[in-house]
Amino acid sequence: MTCSEFLQELTDYLDGIIDAPTRAELEEHLTWCRDCFVICNTTQMTIQIYRNSELYELPEDLRTRLRSAILTKCKHQEKAEEPASSPSESSSNSQT
Amino acid sequence: MATDTIKTGEAADELSLVRAAKAGNIEAFEQLIRRYDRNVFRIAQHITQNREDAEDVVQDAFLKAFQNLAGFQEQSKFYTWLVRIAVNEALMKLRRRRTGKLVSLDEDVQTEDDSVPREVADWSPNPEQLYNRAELKEILDKTIQGLPPGFRSVFVLRDVEGLSTEETAEALDLSIPAVKSRLLRARLQLRNRLTKFFRQRQQPENGRNN
Repeated sequence: MTCSEFLQELTDYLDGIIDAPTRAELEEHLTWCRDCFVICNTTQMTIQIYRNSELYELPEDLRTRLRSAILTKCKHQEKAEEPASSPSESSSNSQT
Repeated sequence: MATDTIKTGEAADELSLVRAAKAGNIEAFEQLIRRYDRNVFRIAQHITQNREDAEDVVQDAFLKAFQNLAGFQEQSKFYTWLVRIAVNEALMKLRRRRTGKLVSLDEDVQTEDDSVPREVADWSPNPEQLYNRAELKEILDKTIQGLPPGFRSVFVLRDVEGLSTEETAEALDLSIPAVKSRLLRARLQLRNRLTKFFRQRQQPENGRNN
């Protein structure tokens, strides 16, 4: 197996979705090819670092504000679709 | 009120929540928002690269999901369906920002290929400890921003959000081979770029040469 063949299979190998014979070939390649060993290892670290990172977390206060805005719009939308049963209704925030 | 038959909170079964929301139960829909708002925000921020746009996308995506719940066939997971809506909303935001220019996730995907590993230096055993939290965040942010949107989106859905290849293909309207090929290139490009920050240093003392 060449290095470029190894790289073609790298994604499936790292995801653990590869058949046993191919896995054996890849692992055999890793035993003697230091470059592919390093690439495999550092690519796995790359995935792990991004997975662990809290890049773009949603702060709790913003979360609450967004949720309340969404729910207001959803309730508004529901009302608009309902046939008008109580025409004089002006403000109700306790829809159940 | 129709909450009698559904549980709320973490343990609630997703399909029951979706069905209750379909029947007009706002509390059930609120549970679905709580469950997925952080994920939708992350995805939106990764695609738009703009915080305000990402906030708008969260609102628009959930509202659109609520409006179209009746059309959700329950053949896929609710989350995958929601992600698909969010990705489309995020792309529309990008398009508006670029004054009407059509934006697709295929943009720039065919350009330069720096996924061929150039740097094969080994990394420090604990790369995350080489920098403080803020520095690390900046490195990761800048590095991922450098990827074409079509690679970034695949990487985020697969590796950060943990969707399967099939779910990612469905959410981004791509074929499975396209998802796999973009994922490989995204991973290798990120690895290449991070190597310059995380490579094992010869001299550990005060060794930050930028």
